[in-house]
Amino acid sequence: MKQALGAVRRKFQPWNDPASRPFIEFRNVSKQFGSFTAVDHQTLTVFEREFHALLGPSGCGKTTLLRMLAGFEEPSEGEIWLDGKNLAGVPPHRRPVNMMFQSYALFPHMSVEKNIAFGLKQDGMPRGEIAARVDEMLKLVKLEPFAKRRPDKLSGGQRQRVALARALAKRPKVLLLDEPLGALDKKLREATQFELVGLQESLGLTFLIVTHDQEEAMTVADRISVMKEGKIAQIATPAEIYEAPSSRYVADFIGSVNVFEGTVESSSPGRLQLETDQGFTVRTATAPVLGAGTKAWFAVRPEKMRIDHDRPEGDGVNMVSGEVWDIGYLGDVTVYNVRLDSGKLVRASVMNAQRAVARPISWEERVWLSWSDDAGVILLD
Amino acid sequence: MAEKERTSLSRRVVTWIPYAWLVVFFLIPCLIVLKISLSQTALAIPPYEPVFSTFADIRDKVGEFSLDSFALLTQDSLYWLSYLSSLEIAAISTILLLIIGYPIAYGLARANPSIRPYLLMLIILPFWTSFLIRVYAWIGILKPEGLLNQLLISLHLISQPLAITNTNWAVYIGIVYSYLPFMVLPLYATLEKLDVTLLEAASDLGATPLKAFWQVTFPISLPGVAAGALLVFIPAVGEFVIPDLLGGSDTLMIGKTLWHEFFDNRDWPVASAVAIVLLVALVVPIVLFQNAQSRAQGAK
Repeated sequence: MKQALGAVRRKFQPWNDPASRPFIEFRNVSKQFGSFTAVDHQTLTVFEREFHALLGPSGCGKTTLLRMLAGFEEPSEGEIWLDGKNLAGVPPHRRPVNMMFQSYALFPHMSVEKNIAFGLKQDGMPRGEIAARVDEMLKLVKLEPFAKRRPDKLSGGQRQRVALARALAKRPKVLLLDEPLGALDKKLREATQFELVGLQESLGLTFLIVTHDQEEAMTVADRISVMKEGKIAQIATPAEIYEAPSSRYVADFIGSVNVFEGTVESSSPGRLQLETDQGFTVRTATAPVLGAGTKAWFAVRPEKMRIDHDRPEGDGVNMVSGEVWDIGYLGDVTVYNVRLDSGKLVRASVMNAQRAVARPISWEERVWLSWSDDAGVILLD
Repeated sequence: MAEKERTSLSRRVVTWIPYAWLVVFFLIPCLIVLKISLSQTALAIPPYEPVFSTFADIRDKVGEFSLDSFALLTQDSLYWLSYLSSLEIAAISTILLLIIGYPIAYGLARANPSIRPYLLMLIILPFWTSFLIRVYAWIGILKPEGLLNQLLISLHLISQPLAITNTNWAVYIGIVYSYLPFMVLPLYATLEKLDVTLLEAASDLGATPLKAFWQVTFPISLPGVAAGALLVFIPAVGEFVIPDLLGGSDTLMIGKTLWHEFFDNRDWPVASAVAIVLLVALVVPIVLFQNAQSRAQGAK
């Protein structure tokens, strides 16, 4: 099951291989700002050539983790290792990592090419080599015609490219990206996400990205660390995070989800029955074995639910009826909010595979929601 | 329609008030000084001629104008030596002020925001006492039996008191002390605006703190440096009180020369000519500089 979920994008899973060597290691790292704990005893391993995303709401500690790796903050506790070396006490200008800043932090008094050359100049690279590398970077981000311009004469998208080129120019061991696409509009952001992935694969670098945008994390990352209040809630591939979240927090943060509270009725390997407090019974094939009477939550994604006018056939489990409360037509999908008799709203989405439907579901109609045995997951937290 | 006219009229009045102020209190006095500089000395009250008492006089007596006073400035080396010496003292003072003021402004800009208002207050506080009294106080500190010499002797750093008063050193100390806020405040204004992530970026790209300062902080703060330098250089060139009180008889400054011509020699035309040349010598390069700067900003 896990293997199948992880193999969605490409076959790259060093985290499943016990022989692979960790590249970036946060070992039991904490960071305190006064009485505020930004990062609380967290351990995270990132592998070479991995595109790893730190995902969470603002203030969850994701940027602090990134800044500790860059060297702008020292951990209050714990150690950070990079490529077999402890980074404790190494100042930012000696770390083999480069950062693309959220604000881009381009030097306003320098042209595009001088910005890109800045890091190379600090290393004392010969002038000819600097010029060659700058040309290469300009070509990479398609900014050759703008080499002599100052940052304030560039568009937001062009500035973002300069920032990327400047951070990549030194060929860092790790590229750190702090909300790199936040200032771009949606279309440009999506296009840039795919470009980032392509760039990361072709350059063979390790990328660590911080974002609060779950779609962005899902698009670009090999693995995602979902963070909450200074702690990592789950580290997994995008598919695992979506299909097998470890907690209600993760399930709710990534995509939308319906969660029902309930009590375990019976449980055996490959089969668990849960009596929800909404009065219907859930049976699922994807759950650990739990003692009867255990409190648990059933989480199911809207697109995994079927919506019908008639009561589905079967033994009465994995189904519930309600009234259509609201319909949202989004073009590719239609989202139905169905109000159960208890008043709880449940969301179901249906792909609009056909242009016209014979008997469309409409407002205030009585409908049945149903789902299969493997549609949802049982959560204990 | 009528209302529109009224608003544009009131707007015009508002914009013309400062111009009217400048015309009455700056341009007209300047023209009067220019007119005196073209006159001749006379044993009279006022001590020059021609004197225009009616508008008809302007037409009749304009032929009496002469450039004799300006000619005198080129003939007597005292004048151009005074100009050169003033420029030199002002230039050295400006450099000293920059060296001392920059770290202060930098420290202010990087200080904890909660204590910054108090630090700024300390910079501005000296203005609450009279400038003249503060310069006099320096005589008490710098004179041979003054506080500074007593301190250095009691620390056994020197055995004989240093002669600081009545030298150019005392003038430098006086100018640096008096003008420091004018250098620090514009520098602080630019440094405070500097985005700290730029320094993080420089450091991230491999620049040591010192390199980051010279390649990022300093170039970005140049407009503040220029503003501070102009604010101290211009008044320092024409400074009179500090060289008169702290400087010696060999301290040549144009402000002193002007005072001497005006009050001791009662040669108003020459004094006015000295003032006019000083004004032109300062205004022309500054206007050129500001034009170049605004053109550079426009081109960016």
